[in-house]
Amino acid sequence: MTEYSIIGKPTRNVDGPEKVTGRAQYTFDMTLPGMLYAKILRSFYPHAKILNIDTSQAEKLPGVKGVITGKDTLGINFGVWRRFPELKDEQPLAIDKVRYIGDPVAAVAATDEYIAEEALDLIEVEYEPLPAVFDPLEAMQDDAPLVHDSVENNISVTRHIEWGDVDEAFKNADYIREDRYTVPPQSHTPLEVHNTLASFDNSSGRLTVWTSTQTPYYVQLMLADTLEMREGNIRIIKPHVGGGFGGKIGIFTNDYVAARLSMKTGRPVKLVYSREEEFTCTWRRTPMYYNVKMGAKKDGTIVAKEVKVITDGGAYHGLGATTLYLTGFFSAFPYKIPNYRFDGYRVYTNKSIAASMRGFGGPQAVFTGEQSLDMIAHDLGIDPIEIRRRNAMTPHYVVPGQATIESCGLLECLDEIEKSIKKRGKLPKDRGIGIAAYGYMSGGIFNWIDTPYAFSSAMIRISVDGMVDLYTQAAEIGQGSNTTLAMICAEELGVHLEDIRVHSGDTGTSSSDLGAWGSRTTLMMGNAVKMAAADAKRQLFEFAAARLAPNIVYNLDARDRRIFNKIRPERSVSYYDVVKDAIRGKEGQVIIGRGHYTPHEKGMISPAYSFGVQSAEVEVDRETGKAKIIKVTTVHDCGQVINPLGLRGQLEGSIMMAAGYGFTEDMPTDEGKVLNPSLADYKLLRYIDMPDTEVLGINTYEPEGPFGAKEAGEGLTCPTAGALGNAIYNAVGIRMKDAPLTPERILKALKEKEKSEK
Amino acid sequence: MKKELKLTVNGEPYELWVKPRTLLVEVLRNELGLTGTKRGCDSSSCGACTVLLDGKAVKSCSVLALQTNGGDVVTIEGLADGPNLHPLQEAFIDHWAFQCGFCTPGQLMSAKALLDENPNPTREEVEMAMNGNLCRCTGYNMIVEAILATAQKLPEEAK
Repeated sequence: MTEYSIIGKPTRNVDGPEKVTGRAQYTFDMTLPGMLYAKILRSFYPHAKILNIDTSQAEKLPGVKGVITGKDTLGINFGVWRRFPELKDEQPLAIDKVRYIGDPVAAVAATDEYIAEEALDLIEVEYEPLPAVFDPLEAMQDDAPLVHDSVENNISVTRHIEWGDVDEAFKNADYIREDRYTVPPQSHTPLEVHNTLASFDNSSGRLTVWTSTQTPYYVQLMLADTLEMREGNIRIIKPHVGGGFGGKIGIFTNDYVAARLSMKTGRPVKLVYSREEEFTCTWRRTPMYYNVKMGAKKDGTIVAKEVKVITDGGAYHGLGATTLYLTGFFSAFPYKIPNYRFDGYRVYTNKSIAASMRGFGGPQAVFTGEQSLDMIAHDLGIDPIEIRRRNAMTPHYVVPGQATIESCGLLECLDEIEKSIKKRGKLPKDRGIGIAAYGYMSGGIFNWIDTPYAFSSAMIRISVDGMVDLYTQAAEIGQGSNTTLAMICAEELGVHLEDIRVHSGDTGTSSSDLGAWGSRTTLMMGNAVKMAAADAKRQLFEFAAARLAPNIVYNLDARDRRIFNKIRPERSVSYYDVVKDAIRGKEGQVIIGRGHYTPHEKGMISPAYSFGVQSAEVEVDRETGKAKIIKVTTVHDCGQVINPLGLRGQLEGSIMMAAGYGFTEDMPTDEGKVLNPSLADYKLLRYIDMPDTEVLGINTYEPEGPFGAKEAGEGLTCPTAGALGNAIYNAVGIRMKDAPLTPERILKALKEKEKSEK
Repeated sequence: MKKELKLTVNGEPYELWVKPRTLLVEVLRNELGLTGTKRGCDSSSCGACTVLLDGKAVKSCSVLALQTNGGDVVTIEGLADGPNLHPLQEAFIDHWAFQCGFCTPGQLMSAKALLDENPNPTREEVEMAMNGNLCRCTGYNMIVEAILATAQKLPEEAK
């Protein structure tokens, strides 16, 4: 293995000093002179026609500077789907009808938040309530109310994936089982709510927007679309972001309303969601009805899998179509399934939008598939690790028509997990260990927005003192991309981390990047940054070669602020001296390096895939039904590790979010109203809930990734809920097919088991 | 009707006029420009607004500003000694104990209050003391490790 100077070494976060001193600025913290405060009036009906909106009293209230309704919009729908306009179904402000409790109908800008709120009370909206539908199975019936009048049976998207001959394979299977599951919604719950500060300059016609987003570029394009402005007249600045988790992709009402009200009033406008709005009016993880049929040979070899999914999509699309496709795609992971069929239906309901969340369809696929596989193993008398080993994907495997796997360390991950489980020895009563295996994309290949630009691009500028400014639109949202990219840049250029200054997330200073989603930043932007650094390095080598005068057959390399002859490293010259020479030699110009990355001919989904296995040990209290997570062990194949500290952070954080998905997080509704829209009632795991965690490493190298790296940010949200389900079965013999696995459900299942055994 | 409020924040005396309904967090963020203190909820559930009031950790969204009259407040901006970071701040960076960073000021102030009161906490004591601070990014374990490492390193006189 190559010994790197920086890559693979535990490295402190480059944003650390700002973030631990309170100096880090979030949109939430920003104000501008003359700034107004906006609030949104939302529907309290789940489904209703808007007959009339009277804003006259609100407009008269002293301090109110602007009021907008659907009539003040151009009626152009939201959506990243430039290529599929039929999927753009969400109005910036409702015009004709509202489709969920919380649908925005009007907005006010006033001199303070209290006045804005008072003004909302003065807006008279006349509704005609309509029958509503909340369950997708009911919504698909012929007599169900239509959430969107033109969409029959409320089925907004269908997705079909198929390869091999599934029906024939089932005929030849020794064993078939079919199971039905339900998986719940989950709230992203970033600690920083959705919020925006917009400032429109009437005289120049230019709009500057600071927003808490994962995708500055999408916000720019979608504001340009909905406001019918030139892209270049809109600058999006993403300051520090207090978490995203898949819930801040594209524009949200806060972005549109702040921008539109700033244009209307000529003053800067700030709009901050309440925590309740964050819970009820942004996205949620997609709940699904999940049907899994699997056929196997006696030895555990899977011969066919058929998956049917119906999703509770909510009132609008968001990124629901991709979530649906990906849950179908990941249901075939991480195994060699020769015959596979997926039929998925995305169904409108009168609830908030169900769309992408960290894992993007993966957690649903793994919760269901890994429990089904354990049941097959149990029924056939095969060890759970062994059945996974027999079906595991391996390097160079081709998923028919979909993807080519290059690096894949799944077998090694299984070996490591097996060793760690054996070390636990015999478990006490009512304890069990369950495992789940998974694979995940390392950079989604989805060009929803139809950009002609590279998926990621980067530029570096080297000044005369050797300082390197790295310009990238990559969205640091806490995942540590500023640090990862600085490390890649420093390694490639042969300088130290302190020589790099990262400027990220600003559409005004750097060129395209699709944002932080689909685990794409390390691989895609990492490659772009590496290429930009290599471009600058090549220019420096021109001048270094003049000094070192190596034989033409020898190459130069750069490391530790020195440029040297690879064969005779003692012949070297200081990086700083070369930079000075180069700038003089280039007529005083700074050195610019450019890089870009777009996946070409890399299949439908991703240029590379991460893999892993997780084990969870739980203890079930038969009296209360409470399952306690004792220990979670993870082996994650992310290729070459860039920063072990950051890697562990991503994995630990994923466990917290995924264990919450498995055990405590849910958003129950009554007639479309979310019943727990506060941090007091929505149960995030806290300190005392966290298990002991262990992260084991394996060595793999991904040829498509920068220095061999692939994703670590999302894949690990997939396995935990399924591993917990399997652990509970192994502890007390009950099979939990409906998540979250709450004490109530566990207790009920225990009682049913007791009854059936009598 | 505004009333007079005198308090010390990060060692600086202030005299302000505030409305009775104004919260301490609003005074800190909006009047004094100390935006390091965050707000993550409106139900005193998340701890992002935690500051020290007379040495105790309080959620500044749950304290009326006028209740603090005559009080001594320390916010995240007052934790470091000029350019020298507090050992907890150093440890948070060393242990990757933050990601998005939004809850971090509150976490640090809760941790500071804990170590001031109990310089040698056990892991369980750290978890109990910090349990009011939510974090959606880190999974908590790396924060716990940062706090325990700080406790081990603190000079005897601080203990």
